[in-house]
Amino acid sequence: MVGAAVLFVSACGGGTTRGSETADGGSGPTATGEADPDAEIPAGLSVTFLPKQLNNPYFGVADAGGEEAVTEFEGEYSEVGPSEASASSQVSYINTLTQQGVDVIATSANDPNAICGALNQAREGGAKVVTFDSDTDPGCRDVFINQASAEGISSAQIDMLVEEIGESGEVAFLSATANATNQNLWIELMEEQLAEEYPDIEVVATVYGDDEDEKSFQETQGLLQTHGDLDAIISPTTVGLAAAARYLSGSEFQGEVTLTGLGTPNQMRAFIEDGTVNRFALWNPADLGYLAAYAGAALSAGQIVGAEGDTFTAGRLGDYTVGADGEIVLGDPTVFTSENIEEFDF
Amino acid sequence: MPPETRQPARRRTLPTWDFAIVGVLLAVLVTAGLSVEGFAASRNIGFLLLDVLVIALIALPLTLVVVTGEIDLSVASTVGLTSAVMGSLWVSGLSLELIVVLCILLGGVLGAVNGLLVTGFGLPSLAVTIGTLALYRGLAFVVLGDQAVADFPADWTGWAIGSLGDTGIPNAVLPLVLLAAVFIVVLHATPIGRGLYAMGNNTEAAVFAGIAVRRTKFWLFVATGAVSGLGGVFWTLRFASARADNATGLELLVVAAVLLGGVSIFGGSGGLFGVLAAVLLLGSLRNALQLVNVSSDALNVLTGLLLIISVVVPAVLARRRSRRRPRGRPAVAGSATSTNGPSPEAESADRTKGTT
Repeated sequence: MVGAAVLFVSACGGGTTRGSETADGGSGPTATGEADPDAEIPAGLSVTFLPKQLNNPYFGVADAGGEEAVTEFEGEYSEVGPSEASASSQVSYINTLTQQGVDVIATSANDPNAICGALNQAREGGAKVVTFDSDTDPGCRDVFINQASAEGISSAQIDMLVEEIGESGEVAFLSATANATNQNLWIELMEEQLAEEYPDIEVVATVYGDDEDEKSFQETQGLLQTHGDLDAIISPTTVGLAAAARYLSGSEFQGEVTLTGLGTPNQMRAFIEDGTVNRFALWNPADLGYLAAYAGAALSAGQIVGAEGDTFTAGRLGDYTVGADGEIVLGDPTVFTSENIEEFDF
Repeated sequence: MPPETRQPARRRTLPTWDFAIVGVLLAVLVTAGLSVEGFAASRNIGFLLLDVLVIALIALPLTLVVVTGEIDLSVASTVGLTSAVMGSLWVSGLSLELIVVLCILLGGVLGAVNGLLVTGFGLPSLAVTIGTLALYRGLAFVVLGDQAVADFPADWTGWAIGSLGDTGIPNAVLPLVLLAAVFIVVLHATPIGRGLYAMGNNTEAAVFAGIAVRRTKFWLFVATGAVSGLGGVFWTLRFASARADNATGLELLVVAAVLLGGVSIFGGSGGLFGVLAAVLLLGSLRNALQLVNVSSDALNVLTGLLLIISVVVPAVLARRRSRRRPRGRPAVAGSATSTNGPSPEAESADRTKGTT
């Protein structure tokens, strides 16, 4: 698996480390004991979702997926959280959950370290901690539900491209910033896959919209003027995809040049409807929350302890295996088309 | 001596509000202790105290500032800038002991900038500190950007969330108690404190009474900055995360606590016991309601309502008093003509009554 978590919907502060010392996250409780894959999920398990902030549609959908899972295994679901997504505002909610003695905390961290102390206090009190969407330091949680692997994200975009333009043509990338780690990794993987599997598809340019709407809009315009034979644009960033779609929808290239990439259904709905874009992808946040709830239940039941190789079944999503560092990958992204976009609201 | 002539009016009115807040606090504590599961547990009391600690800390000097009729809205940005500087100094390799001292000094310097602009240039503190609220937060992002520094030594961060033995009382309460004692003595038991009330009631009279108004106010801003700097250090250690956006919006909670504690926004009245009770009241309500899963949006609504009540109720009381005891001042005219709730004129007139 190349690289660890690649997050962009939730890209927040990174970490700076002093000298050669590394953040010592391993001080918290660690996985102990043996996993028993056949253990039953206890009835009445209390599972609380603590998103980055309330009233955020993305987490609304994710937490609803969690509620669906908790209902299936007959636990008690609740959702708490701060009204603003600040680094430290989640801590007092975690403290409250510690005091209430909940069995599972499923959270998406506003800061990889600020909630560590509080999470470890909760774990010492017996709670199992699952992070989803945005991880903490691995020493502060039991497992992390990663939305998608870098390979999954990049190959999904190549699949969409080939479905639209066939196995030959010219394609350009509209990225975020030139030093965005996740974007660069995906683009590199896509270029490799194109070179190996579709040698007749030529990458003619990679431009950077800096995740600014206006700059992305102008870069799209520039691409189409510079490359007269361009067949497709891939924008693996939500801001870029929406801006490029807006340019295309008002230009002579609408319907002529294919646009695809990663975006949210609410941003892209209008462009699917007017035919500017036929398909784009992103993971399904409802499935993310659903898997997080099942992973928490599996931890509480003792089916898994968070060690690499542990396996469990997550309801309708099927079987999952815990990877290195307690990471569980949701799977391939969901492709949105005019057929299914109405089912999503985030 | 003008400060002395102010005392009777203050004594007549303010203990009422102080007692009311302490009473409400006790009522909330007893009710929550009996009816909310887990509220009275020592661990929960520890969590509660940690949540309000920085608010209480900054409320101490800010109370003195507001008593003199000024305000400092830049305190949370000072916390953020201190946190950012602490992070970058730590990355650069200085020792934490030295960094803590530098951070408190930095807070003092930031406060001195406020103080200089207010007292040296005679600018309104509201405008000055709204400006530095933005300026200091901006500088914090210049220093650290959207990075976070997290690798502080575990014994320091452990101390910040740890408690004294098995009591559940956080270690960090010790410096708070120490500082609270200092500020309580200064405000309530020294000539300096009486001078602060005099300034808040009537600056000119205070000047004529020989009080060094400008110098005193300057040092109050410095103290507020330094304590906010200390707050930034504690905040960073408690969350083991130095970030430029730390404590965003905290100034509103501190101001809310000061006003709810009975300090008049127009200066000249109020005291630290009421303010500390108000800090605990806001914290306990939030904690207890969180334990029964009331949403954060509802909690924000509640904080806002309490703040409005804390401004409206004293105004209503003041209006009723001035009705009972007509003084032939605008306060009477204001209360006689206004029947739809308190008017700001009635409020401010009452606060400055008898200043001729």
